[in-house]
Amino acid sequence: MSFSIQPAARFAGPCSTFGVRILPLLLLLVLILPAGSADEKRIAIYGAATNYSLPVLDRNGHEYVGLLEIVEPLGNVNARVDGTHWRLRYNDLEADFTNGKTRAKVRGRDFDLSGNFLLEGGRGLVPIASLAALLPRILGTQVAVNEGARRIFVGNVATHFTAQLNHTNPLRLVMNFTAPVNPTIATEPGRLRMVFRREPIVAPGSPTLTFDDKTIPSATYSENNGTAEIDVNSTAPLMASFSNEGHTITITAASPAAAAVAGAPAPVASPSTTPASAPSAPAVAPMAPRHFFAVVDASHGGDDPGVALASQLLEKDVTLSLARRLRQELESRGISTLSLRDTDGGLTLDQRAAFANTAHPAIYITLHAASDGKGVRVYTALLPAGGENNGPFVAWDTAQTAFLPASQLAAQGVSAELQKRQIQVRTLAAPLRPLNNVTAAAIAVEVAPPSTTDVMDLNMAAYQQNVASAVANGIVTVRDRLGVPR
Amino acid sequence: MIPRHLLIAAGVMLVAVFGLGVYAGHMRGRVAQVESRADSRPVAPPVSGPTEPVTLYVAYDDPGILRPQSAAIPLPSARQQRAEEVLRALLEIYLSKNASHPLAPGADLRAVYLVSPGIAVIDLNSAFANGHRSGVLEEELTVASLVQTLNANVPGILRVKILVDGHDRETLAGHADLSDFYDTTAVAQLVGQLQ
Repeated sequence: MSFSIQPAARFAGPCSTFGVRILPLLLLLVLILPAGSADEKRIAIYGAATNYSLPVLDRNGHEYVGLLEIVEPLGNVNARVDGTHWRLRYNDLEADFTNGKTRAKVRGRDFDLSGNFLLEGGRGLVPIASLAALLPRILGTQVAVNEGARRIFVGNVATHFTAQLNHTNPLRLVMNFTAPVNPTIATEPGRLRMVFRREPIVAPGSPTLTFDDKTIPSATYSENNGTAEIDVNSTAPLMASFSNEGHTITITAASPAAAAVAGAPAPVASPSTTPASAPSAPAVAPMAPRHFFAVVDASHGGDDPGVALASQLLEKDVTLSLARRLRQELESRGISTLSLRDTDGGLTLDQRAAFANTAHPAIYITLHAASDGKGVRVYTALLPAGGENNGPFVAWDTAQTAFLPASQLAAQGVSAELQKRQIQVRTLAAPLRPLNNVTAAAIAVEVAPPSTTDVMDLNMAAYQQNVASAVANGIVTVRDRLGVPR
Repeated sequence: MIPRHLLIAAGVMLVAVFGLGVYAGHMRGRVAQVESRADSRPVAPPVSGPTEPVTLYVAYDDPGILRPQSAAIPLPSARQQRAEEVLRALLEIYLSKNASHPLAPGADLRAVYLVSPGIAVIDLNSAFANGHRSGVLEEELTVASLVQTLNANVPGILRVKILVDGHDRETLAGHADLSDFYDTTAVAQLVGQLQ
């Protein structure tokens, strides 16, 4: 999709206009609705470093998924097509699959798939029913596959939870999770739904939790299509709030008086909360405080590969991998995130800025990769000339102006954390869009190899994780000084 | 029946047409070769006239810095031509063998336009941008080098716009923004960070 905002409509800011708020929302709907329809089958993969989901394909009456896409975020991977053969290399392992055959070779030994291996446009597709046996052989680690719900747990990554009803006034259901969570929350008459799309939540001892109370009699756990869901049933309006850096969700039953006046549409409870699905009966009013919220942007993508770092290593792929790791690191520290690019799709610079501004984050982080030099370079915007700001209207090209001190503060925090880890770092201004268009603290992180000897070191999982962890730590150290998003 | 002399004349004309076609194709190839050779030649400053001291801001990829470098080059009296000659002297450094910040072969400056008040427009050729190495720092060094060299040697420039082949371009090679005007004061501060 090609799109650009023409200069005449280029305004942004706190009281921004059609060009920044309404148009991006419409664009967001246009982009998201076709790609993310509720009917689309997906499979979720939860790893120690990253969680992600992939589309499921129906072929010959079986469900298939791309094998390279499953293992790519988990280690060093490459695949190549050789006639009818599809050869996968994962770390030091080699596997050989043949188009239209069930027999494959993994680690030099025969392996039988439950259905034919399919080669489509260079992609190797395997039946989902084979993953429970195939993935442990390839990954060399414990893998739990819930085939019915299409959820895969790589290693010991499950997040457990407990629920306890406190008979206080007002009534409170306290749910504690073993890792930070950020579910999508929706409210309907008689229940509050929490959908966990990225978190490896697993079932409690019983899928139905019962409480000795008439107002909140029960909660049910279910999982389907790569997501887990907890529904809290109630006869009263419910409010959800987060605490303990995302480890705790407290669901509070509103008093009868509050229920009587709860007539307005509910505001959001978290950045990913959806509005009430029954507008004719606004029986609930989720009023959780707004979280510190980060937008993570993997630069380039789609037809724009960025720098060709090596013959088989493109900047767009490295930035995507880095973005996934950074999201995981931020969320593990209780910082909610939104990723502008989680697939190999392309966005224009204007679109990236518009989406970031529409989301109102506390900080925007764009990721780049380079083959020259070593270490990490952290950039803030070099503002262009001009950009007259008139009252509430902020010029698009210099929308960053008011936020530049916060951006520099964030850059300093990130640089300090990188230095602590002995990673060479420089902090610079740069004429790098869309930093100058973003109405929040905004930094770019350009990652070069750890040393000048081998650019392929840029793809090392340990190095990427170390950088992502340092960036997340740096943001945590300055989060209190970045101010509350509007 | 067609007379014999008409058949001979038609045959001669066909041979002539074929021969001219071959000759035209040959000449076209030679023209393309000459143009190609001309494109790849580094640009040399004027070799005659009195020289004047100038300061060129030269980029060094390793370790990613800009350094001021003094030079003496022949400069014309007209302000616009002076601006062009200063930048050509800078490009000559980048196009030389073992350059500290190499540009692609054929990279050239098409023109510099000084627009009142205080606006300069640098017009680069497509070989400059299309062959430029991609990366935030590499591209930033090039842009800062051009703008600061102009700023240091042609007084009164406040804003600089960079075009490629006379047209607006979004980025130099995927990163450095070319869609806006550069503020020379902001670039001077950036150069301080890059030294």
